[in-house]
Amino acid sequence: MSEIITVNLKIWRQEGPEKSGYFENYTQKITTEASFLEMIDLLNEDLNNQGLEPISIESDCREGICGTCGVMINGQAHGPRKATTTCQLHMREFSDGDEIVIEPFRAISFPVIRDLVVDRSPFDQIIESGGYISVNTGAASDANLIPVPKEAADQAFDAAACIGCGACVAACPNSAAQLFTSAKLAHMASLPQGQPERWKRTEMMVGTMEEFFGSCTNHGECHEACPKEINLDFIAFMNRDYMKAKVKNRALSGQR
Amino acid sequence: METKNKAVLDSRVPKGSLEDKWENHKFSMNLVNPNNKRKFDVIVVGTGLAGASAAASLGELGYKVKAFTFHDSPRRAHSIAAQGGINAAKNYKNDGDSVYRLFYDTIKGGDYRSREANVHRLAEVSTNIIDQATAQGVPFAREYGGLLDNRSFGGAQVSRTFYARGQTGQQLLLGAYSAMMRQVAAGSVELHTRAELLDVVTKDGQACGIVTRDLLSGEVIPHSAHAVVLATGGYGNVYFLSTNAMMSNVTAAWRAHRRGAFFANPCYTQIHPTCIPASDDFQSKLTLMSESLRNDGRIWVPEAFDDSRPAHEIPENERDYYLENRYPAFGNLVPRDVASRNAKNVVDQGHGVGPLKNGVYLDFSAAVERDGQDAISAKYGNLFDMYESITGENPYEVPMRIYPAIHYTMGGVWVDYNLMTTIPGLYAIGEANFSDHGANRLGASALMQGLADGYFVLPYTIGDGLADQLGNPAVSTDDPVFTNAVSAIEDETAKWLSINGTRSVDYFHRELGRLVWDHIGMSRNKEGLEKAVSEIRALKEEFYSDVRVLGSADTLNLSLEKAGRVSDFFELAELMAHDALEREESCGGHFREEHQTPEGEAQRDDDNFAHVAAWEWNGKDSLQTRHVEKLDFENVTLTQRSYK
Repeated sequence: MSEIITVNLKIWRQEGPEKSGYFENYTQKITTEASFLEMIDLLNEDLNNQGLEPISIESDCREGICGTCGVMINGQAHGPRKATTTCQLHMREFSDGDEIVIEPFRAISFPVIRDLVVDRSPFDQIIESGGYISVNTGAASDANLIPVPKEAADQAFDAAACIGCGACVAACPNSAAQLFTSAKLAHMASLPQGQPERWKRTEMMVGTMEEFFGSCTNHGECHEACPKEINLDFIAFMNRDYMKAKVKNRALSGQR
Repeated sequence: METKNKAVLDSRVPKGSLEDKWENHKFSMNLVNPNNKRKFDVIVVGTGLAGASAAASLGELGYKVKAFTFHDSPRRAHSIAAQGGINAAKNYKNDGDSVYRLFYDTIKGGDYRSREANVHRLAEVSTNIIDQATAQGVPFAREYGGLLDNRSFGGAQVSRTFYARGQTGQQLLLGAYSAMMRQVAAGSVELHTRAELLDVVTKDGQACGIVTRDLLSGEVIPHSAHAVVLATGGYGNVYFLSTNAMMSNVTAAWRAHRRGAFFANPCYTQIHPTCIPASDDFQSKLTLMSESLRNDGRIWVPEAFDDSRPAHEIPENERDYYLENRYPAFGNLVPRDVASRNAKNVVDQGHGVGPLKNGVYLDFSAAVERDGQDAISAKYGNLFDMYESITGENPYEVPMRIYPAIHYTMGGVWVDYNLMTTIPGLYAIGEANFSDHGANRLGASALMQGLADGYFVLPYTIGDGLADQLGNPAVSTDDPVFTNAVSAIEDETAKWLSINGTRSVDYFHRELGRLVWDHIGMSRNKEGLEKAVSEIRALKEEFYSDVRVLGSADTLNLSLEKAGRVSDFFELAELMAHDALEREESCGGHFREEHQTPEGEAQRDDDNFAHVAAWEWNGKDSLQTRHVEKLDFENVTLTQRSYK
């Protein structure tokens, strides 16, 4: 049942990308029925009433699917609860008197815009470099023309469940984006529709990923932080495909 | 209020039999040849299902597209949160589905308040959407033989809903998003993120561009084009508490309205029957549980009043399965408006469950017993997990608690058969327009309509309007129509920061939402609606004099963004009340207490209200003019909807 608790917040404030940031302390009373972001909403309302600028923090759907929200809570991306986005976290995870440290996602490729808001646009650039199946509108054949084994469709879905929140990068000691990139690659490579461009797509997306992000050293922190529990095996899958792609792309272009 | 019936609203529905209209129209429309397409700039605002699919398709055709989203990435649009599925008349189940049946179900489900020709076209192209999405790699659910699986949904007696677990919207959006990103890579779509539309610009009555605010730098920027497409979603957030995302808003559609685009049927709002009830006073949004749950869950309340026993202690003979009892043919699968009103009735009568007595049970125990927990988990696993993470209760063990919440808005910018608004060159697609769902939308039809508009309708019809403009350059952004619009927006932004009152933007939004929910919610009456008009006005005055927006205009400033959106909600809310007052009948999501059958069902008045009401803006302090587009039904017979 619900109770009222008081939490001590230590929140990162930073006026802009070029400004230096600092921690500010706040105390907030809250019912355990509230969500974590509703707790911040209340704090912001109080700050606004006192004439102090509210804390910038992003969220949108508040049901764990859009990938907009995401902060480090006590050092963990999206906080302590497994398979949960920041917006789905509820205050019943915390106890009276707890200290909660809230920081933006930490990664060099995700520069801070303001307070807890970061720029994750490199993800879009990875998709732009090949995260699609090239089929113009109107060019598709009947959907049941190509049967897809249920197992393949299920695996494709498991990979496609990624919400692009960036927790994997924030949790990684190297700020690597292997989990994000491999999820998109595995989604498409699991399906017959994804085969024609499979090798080119793999090279392009991995190449773009490496322009922005660090290297993977198999810590597995990304999977631990992932709100959709994207499987680490997809990274192995991507690495295997990348190696094959190096050979196949040469062969496909006639250079054996 | 003045009602005008002059023929200002030309729906431009093509001649011919229902089945031939779209085919004939495609043939008779003007075409733009492939080499000329690159001479046209098209702006698409919004990158949800409708916007992303339109931008991708227009880019593939060769138009020069500029796509705008106010999110950090196009993939965040709220289409992503649609759970249950997408309808299509594929008849893969061999259960008698057809284009005509999907058309008929949609017209009937919409309580005979939509245009026949538009709905038939929607049903026709529905099958192409499934083909397109599958080819893009959307991982729809499949059977063991490898072919696509279907399930049934409210308001239909066939299984025509395609789905990807409980994340169909996400998967379809990622499909449309990746198709659009492919065009970004190809250079045919120029993507602008974190850019919010704050004005639509017209010259000599023709749309010629937009003005946006860069949400990071605060810069107000003009963009010109030969055509502008609004794909900016619905206005459900006027209720503050809704299943919409926090940032969903009416601003783009409303600013177009203020520039001359008529706004149609604003009182048609949909209440979704299966949401998680609010748990406290400062709840920020409501979460929807997919309607597909009604396939396997049984809805009931205790027969006794104010029964506080836990669900499992209430014996079978003391439970009221009120939907199954009242509507034996459709049972738990009655359309959304019927399910919602019945839930409100039983809760109002004192049968509500849960700590705040504000819900009804959705019980899976029979399904778990019949099919096993694994089968239920395979179908709904993520929904059950989501429910548990929000409420802390395990729905495999205790029944879910649900209650209706605002979910979708059928009203929107008026468009003709070409999806063009009353401003030539300005189009509206997806939830932002009013077109296809009448007074009530069937489940799994929003995704269908958004993608139909974006992939298969707009890319054809936009050419019809552009063909006439060949040789005309886009209006320069140095033209006074742009520079004036830019300075007006800069002034507006400065005004919010200068008020320096005592209350936050959120405070006013929450209070407005309460008014709208109380008086223009699940059921409405004359007295309440009149009260709403005066109270909304009073609160609006207070908002303009007492809101406090801190910070500056040249950085990311979330309260500043929201101030503009909430001010548009105020104007919209008042129009919703007027629209609901004028529509002296009950239909679909619009339930006027004065107009009900003896059994408490919605009572339409087809003689006087078989029409679309489209409102014309007359300036800030003037009443709007109500125009009427008569709906002609040549193919279906209007009947009292019955799901018994």
